Amino acid sequence: MRRKLCLGFLVGAMAALHCAILAAAFIAPYDAGAQDRDLPYAPPTRVHFRDSSGWHAPFVYRWIPDRDGYRLDTTTRYPIHFLARGESHSVLGIFRSNLRLFQVDEPARLLFLGTDSFGRDEFSRLLYGGQISLATGLLATLITVATATLIGTIAGYFGNWIDESLMAVGELFLCLPWFYFLIGARAFLPLHLSVAGTFLLLIVVIGIIGWARPARLIRGIVLSARNRNYVLAARGFGASSFYLLRRHILPETSAILLTQAALLIPQYVAAEATLSFLGLGVSEPVPSWGNMLSPLQQYTVLVSYSWLLAPAVALVITSVMYWLLADVLHHWVQSHSIN
Amino acid sequence: MMYVLQRFLRSVLLLWGLSFLCFLFTEMAPGSFFDEMRLNPQISPETIASLRTRYGLDRPLGVRYARWTIAAIHGDLGYSIAYNTPVTPLLWTRAKNTLLLTVTATFLTWLLGVPLGLLTGSARGKFADKLATPTSSFLLAVPEIVLAVGILALVVRWRFVPAGGMMSLGFEDLSPWQKIRDIAVHMLVPGLILVLGGVAVVERHVRASVLEVLNMPYIQAARGLGIGRVRLLFLHVLPVAANPAISLFGFSIAALLGGSLVVEVVTAWPGLGPLILEATLSRDLYLVIGAVLLSAVFMIAGNLIADLILVASDPRIRAGESNAA
Repeated sequence: MRRKLCLGFLVGAMAALHCAILAAAFIAPYDAGAQDRDLPYAPPTRVHFRDSSGWHAPFVYRWIPDRDGYRLDTTTRYPIHFLARGESHSVLGIFRSNLRLFQVDEPARLLFLGTDSFGRDEFSRLLYGGQISLATGLLATLITVATATLIGTIAGYFGNWIDESLMAVGELFLCLPWFYFLIGARAFLPLHLSVAGTFLLLIVVIGIIGWARPARLIRGIVLSARNRNYVLAARGFGASSFYLLRRHILPETSAILLTQAALLIPQYVAAEATLSFLGLGVSEPVPSWGNMLSPLQQYTVLVSYSWLLAPAVALVITSVMYWLLADVLHHWVQSHSIN
Repeated sequence: MMYVLQRFLRSVLLLWGLSFLCFLFTEMAPGSFFDEMRLNPQISPETIASLRTRYGLDRPLGVRYARWTIAAIHGDLGYSIAYNTPVTPLLWTRAKNTLLLTVTATFLTWLLGVPLGLLTGSARGKFADKLATPTSSFLLAVPEIVLAVGILALVVRWRFVPAGGMMSLGFEDLSPWQKIRDIAVHMLVPGLILVLGGVAVVERHVRASVLEVLNMPYIQAARGLGIGRVRLLFLHVLPVAANPAISLFGFSIAALLGGSLVVEVVTAWPGLGPLILEATLSRDLYLVIGAVLLSAVFMIAGNLIADLILVASDPRIRAGESNAA
């Protein structure tokens, strides 16, 4: 019972996180690239409910640039408007709307997580950056899983020299110092690519490098499933290879595939973050959790503006969620497997 | 013996395959070091062409690969275009720094990880386990880059140890003893990041295999005979539970050169990591190939060593191998 409750909580939290990131345009108060050069490194805005005159609907104060930093202008209250009309945006590029979840009147700014060096809202960028980071993780995982299934199945089902040569290539990939290789592979691709181009390349390169380990697992399962009695019986009744694979063998791999995918996604999100952090991935002005962290390579920024660590927190939360999910799936697979 | 030879040959073949893969990659990729020069009007196309000839880049891939292989066997990994020196000594000075860091970190990781794994595995459900298991799960889940940036943020704020580089200013004037101290102090932050990430992995593996072994009948029997807990763990459980840990140890050796790139870059440790990053950004291809292959050598050697230790330590595997041969 308690386990079920935890699982429900986990799935709910993951759904909430992914929905928030998908609907970034609706939730984010500002666009990812919207700059305010008067407010570089502004600290997070606190939401207030009361002042000296008593309780109010949620409101914020405005930051005024000061000689040494910022001071809060507490003379005027700026109430937060919920579901108000603001600048128009498109959700997922499908439908346009000018409805936004939070709005606040100019000249105040709604900065839940402060701003970066260009005065861009960190909270909005975190949501938009999540789209890039999570999309990389998910799509690259899809590529890995698809490649691994294909190669693992061929190797396990057809056996003999096909198996041996495919697994030898797999061993080659397992021996790669893969992060060096990733950087090397990225090195030999043009540096000045369009953002969309880099993004796609990144997904493909990350996705292809990781195929060997899941392919080995799949091969093992296919190898043992191939010689089960019911498969042999079906073969005796004249089932074709394709039918056997589709109906009897591949379904057995699905549980392992799910677990592997849940393990790969956080690793790939981290890989994207690392590459972008080092300046080899998605580049400015498009936000990703990795390149949002790269200003922190300067110690002065690291010391003074702790709110810029927000993408690191987001990365940790996402990773932990996927690891927990993988753990749950793993236990589920173990308790339901035939062996 | 036959097995050792076979494994060794396989490793050499693997390395050879890798080097070819690297070369193929560089060939397929558009762009080269000279692209930037081409944009510069002060450098004539003839100069670039002669430079290309000098570095042998105008030859076909096969010829270049053959020449590179022959040179590499003699320990010459080519010439760095950006640094204008041979690659091998350049890699070697940096690799020494990396190894200094990673060997220390790996040693500490295992020194901490194995007892922790034994402790949490044997005290399942007790306080130590309840504290250590979620902690190690968390450390496993946290991406290395976040761990690095997070720890650095704490250290830079509190300023009690230097957070970057490997030596203080004026390092040359220090006495030998002070020099060692200086490097050790600088090693604290990158070392801590590496150890934290590594201990979780080691602890997890050791714990899992200890749990498995503790359920075996012979342990029940040993318990029944009244063998004490410490003696039971170290003399009866550990040798049987060691196999997964030995494989993992191979991975640790394998990652000595390739595993600390991010940490080195973040903490400005002058190892192989920052070098390869610069080489990548400037497309210094022989340097990149050299660094990738050097870390691949460690990778392959690590796996080989793990297999050899397994053969030496586990009679079951020895028997299997001699049956197969």
